[in-house]
This record gives sequence, structure tokens and C-alpha cells, in this order.
Amino acid sequence: MKDEPKTVDARGLACPEPVIMTRKALQQADEVLTIVDNPTSQHNVTRMAEKAGYMVQVEQRGDGIYLHIAKGHAAQEPVPAPTAAPQQVLPTVGPLVLVVASEFMGHGEHTELGEVLIRSFFHTLGEIDPLPTTIILFNSGVKLVAEGSPVVEDLQALCARGVEVLACGTCLGYYDLKDKVAVGQVSNMYSIAETMFRAGKVVHL
Amino acid sequence: MVGLEVSDDAAVWKISDDVAVIQTLDFFPPVVDDPYDYGAIAAANAMSDIYAMGGEVVLALNILGFPSDLEPEIVAEILRGGAEKVAEAGGVLAGGHTVDDREPKYGLSVMGLVHPDHVLTKANAQVGDVLVLTKALGAGIITTALKGGAADPAHVARAVESMKRLNRQAAQFLQQVGAHACTDITGFALLGHAHEMAEKSKVRLQVRVDRLPFLDGAVEYAEQWLFPAGTCRNEQAYRCGIEFAASVSEEMQQLLFTPETSGGLLASVPPERVQTLLTLFADAQAPCWVVGEVADGAGIQVL
Repeated sequence: MKDEPKTVDARGLACPEPVIMTRKALQQADEVLTIVDNPTSQHNVTRMAEKAGYMVQVEQRGDGIYLHIAKGHAAQEPVPAPTAAPQQVLPTVGPLVLVVASEFMGHGEHTELGEVLIRSFFHTLGEIDPLPTTIILFNSGVKLVAEGSPVVEDLQALCARGVEVLACGTCLGYYDLKDKVAVGQVSNMYSIAETMFRAGKVVHL
Repeated sequence: MVGLEVSDDAAVWKISDDVAVIQTLDFFPPVVDDPYDYGAIAAANAMSDIYAMGGEVVLALNILGFPSDLEPEIVAEILRGGAEKVAEAGGVLAGGHTVDDREPKYGLSVMGLVHPDHVLTKANAQVGDVLVLTKALGAGIITTALKGGAADPAHVARAVESMKRLNRQAAQFLQQVGAHACTDITGFALLGHAHEMAEKSKVRLQVRVDRLPFLDGAVEYAEQWLFPAGTCRNEQAYRCGIEFAASVSEEMQQLLFTPETSGGLLASVPPERVQTLLTLFADAQAPCWVVGEVADGAGIQVL
């Protein structure tokens, strides 16, 4: 079929409706444009399509989230060559991921300042909109999720507001903190890498 | 004895040394097409909170809402489904209240009784206990698939049977062996309810995915990603403190966050009494699965 992509307008509908409508549309057409209006629907439609072997391109517009769904090979055709004119920068979409690789903020000559800053950073983070979707902590950053860390309460509060906190398991093992995790999930390199690559934006502290 | 400050499955009021009253209510919109089944499921679900506290149902009142143009025969079937379930539970249905509503809703306000020394709460799971589950999981995703027109009728039929089944006998067996803690699996999904048990008991629950029972079709619909919006809400509310082994797929994680309707009891049982409990269930030809254990620590580990 070489027709126009079939459009599914799933705005205003709760899951699983957008998934089911998209699935039906994919049985009738090779390319489908599904429009949703919330991250849950975006995630569920995307995962369903990817699992069924489709590629999904996300486009955030003022009136909704446009999911362009096409077969893996077909998706490569319409993508304009990188040489084509000034590149249009798509607005950032997808999860905001914060990466914390150290127990200190910045690399000054004194660690006390770095500790004051990290405490202040996590304290302030709760007042910022949007919150990160996920916070990843590795290397000495994992000390921040352990008992006795000065930011445990701030991290717990973020966690309670739906922020995912992933701490590198290898690093916790290295610092012998596996039994002292006070907040978040112990994670592995696969999840950490996948979360970073799936992100719309990664912020390194 | 049990009120809002300790948030359990129902409120408990001790009226004498031998008697405590359990009070609860629950209602929801239709989950299946057949009005009789819907009434029976809503009633079984509402009474489940009494069983989760280790009690017996005494009195129930109907809570009903429906649009004025709904055929009276359908309303009658919903009520018949509920009434027969209350009778099966040994309770008395003593009236109720009806309002005009765009979408039908049905459920019960239920009063039960329990001996004050034998109240089962979420708060007493002990390290070393064994976790058991008395119904297979997946009714929620199957009814979601049904609403979306994507469910196999055979899968729906099995889910309906499961949802209609009372948790009464399971609660009696758990009382008989002296279970330490108990809750029923409903809207907050297995992981949400287990999370509360871990938190209230100040222990860590280890749940073994390879031991978990699922209704036919549940895993299939999860692989098609037919999760309701409630899955995401539960995940956001409870994912802190839940640790998944790398072998647990994303679909499985989502499935364990998917709301259940009229699910089974999840109980924490002293290890030396598990065999007796399993024999009681087996003799009654009722299902019961060992799904994990209770460890020192906090949160949930899904292996």
C-alpha cells in the first residue's frame, strides 16, 4: 500500500484505547500517524508498535504528540538526507534524564563546597518544573542514595512524586553500600544505558 | 482498632472482648458485558475486604447508580448477581440506595465480624514467612482487553469465574493456620498491595515471577501492550522501593502493576504452617500458590 498514512486521533482517550486503535489501523495500512495527548499513551503506543516491528518517530506539536509509525525499512525512505538545507531542529521530546556521576557537584579544590552544592541542588530540584523523569546515579554518585547521605530525604520526596531513581549496582557493590540503599532502585548497566539512549534530553551534573 | 491512620483493607471497631465490627464499601462501573456476572463480581469484590481482614460477612447494602433509560431487566440482573453472592457469603442483603448516573455503577457497603484477637492486617508479616496467593493474576488486563474488543471469549470466561469467586474459604483457611498478615489484590495490583504489606510490616517481600500464577491470556495481552491507564498510575505510585531482577521483562513489570478486580488474597504465613495450609486448599480443590518469602529490609524484590 502506498497511500497516505492512516491517521488515528486518540486525543482525549485513555489507555488502552490508543493502543487498540493504532493496532487496528496498522492492520489496514503500512503507515499510521497516531495523535495522543499524554505520555502514558505515547509510551504504550510506542512500545506496542516497536514490539510489532515498527519504527516510531515522535513529534511534539502544540496540539498533541504525533507518533509516526512505519515499518523499519520504510521509515528510512522519507528521512531527508542530512545535506538537505538548514536542518530543522525537532523540539526535544521524551524523558528528561539527570545523570549524577559524583557525590560532589563540580570539581573545585575543596570537596566541602562540592557537598554544599549537591545538597543545595537536590533541595532546589523539587521546586523546578519539569522534574526529571529519571535520575541515574553512578560512580561515587551512588553514595547519595545510601543511608546517611545528606540528600536522601530530597531524593525520597522526588521519588514519591514519580521520579525514577536508578543507582548503579556495580558502584554500590564497589562502595559496599548494597545493604544501605535508602531510596530508589538498584539498577544495571543495561537499564542505565537504555534509559540514557531513550531520553529526550540527558543532563549531566 | 484499624482506622485511617493505619490504612488497611477495611475499618475495624472492637465492640467487646469477643467481637469486632469490620466495615467497608466498594463499587465500580461494569467490567464485563453480562449484568448478572457484573453484579456478582462487584459484590465479591466488595466483600473481599472483609475476608482480607479475616472476618465473615454479616450485612450488606446495595450501592447502585444507572441511567434512567437503562432497561429494568438489566438492573434486576445486576442486583440478582449481587444478592446471590451475598447469600453465598452467608450474609443478609438489607436494602441500599440508588442514584441516577450516566454510567452504571454497582457495589456494596458491607459489615462483617471478626474476633478482635484474630484480625488479619497488612502489618504483621514476619521475616522468614512464606507468601501465598489464592487467585491467579490477570483479570484486570483481560477485562481491559475485553473493553477494547481484543479479548478471546474463552479467556474472559475464565477471568469472570475467578472474579466471581469469594475469598471466604481462603480467609477461613488462613485463619485456621494463623497467617501473620493478609491483604486482597485489587486496584493497586499485586505490587501496590504487596508494597503496602512490606511498608506496614517493615519487611522486604521477595516475589518470584516464575511462581506467579496467571489467568490464560493475561501474558498474551501484556505482550500486546493492552495496559489500562491504571497500570501507569500504579507504577508511578509504587515503583520506588521495588527492585526488578534483570530477567523480568518490561511487559511483566507492567503486568504486575496492572489493577486487578476481585483478586485473591496475598498472605504471609509462618513457614512451618505452609504445608498444612496447602493441604487444606488442595483438599478443598481450591487454588493456592507459594509466590515468595519475607526477608529483612524494606520494599519489594521481584526475582
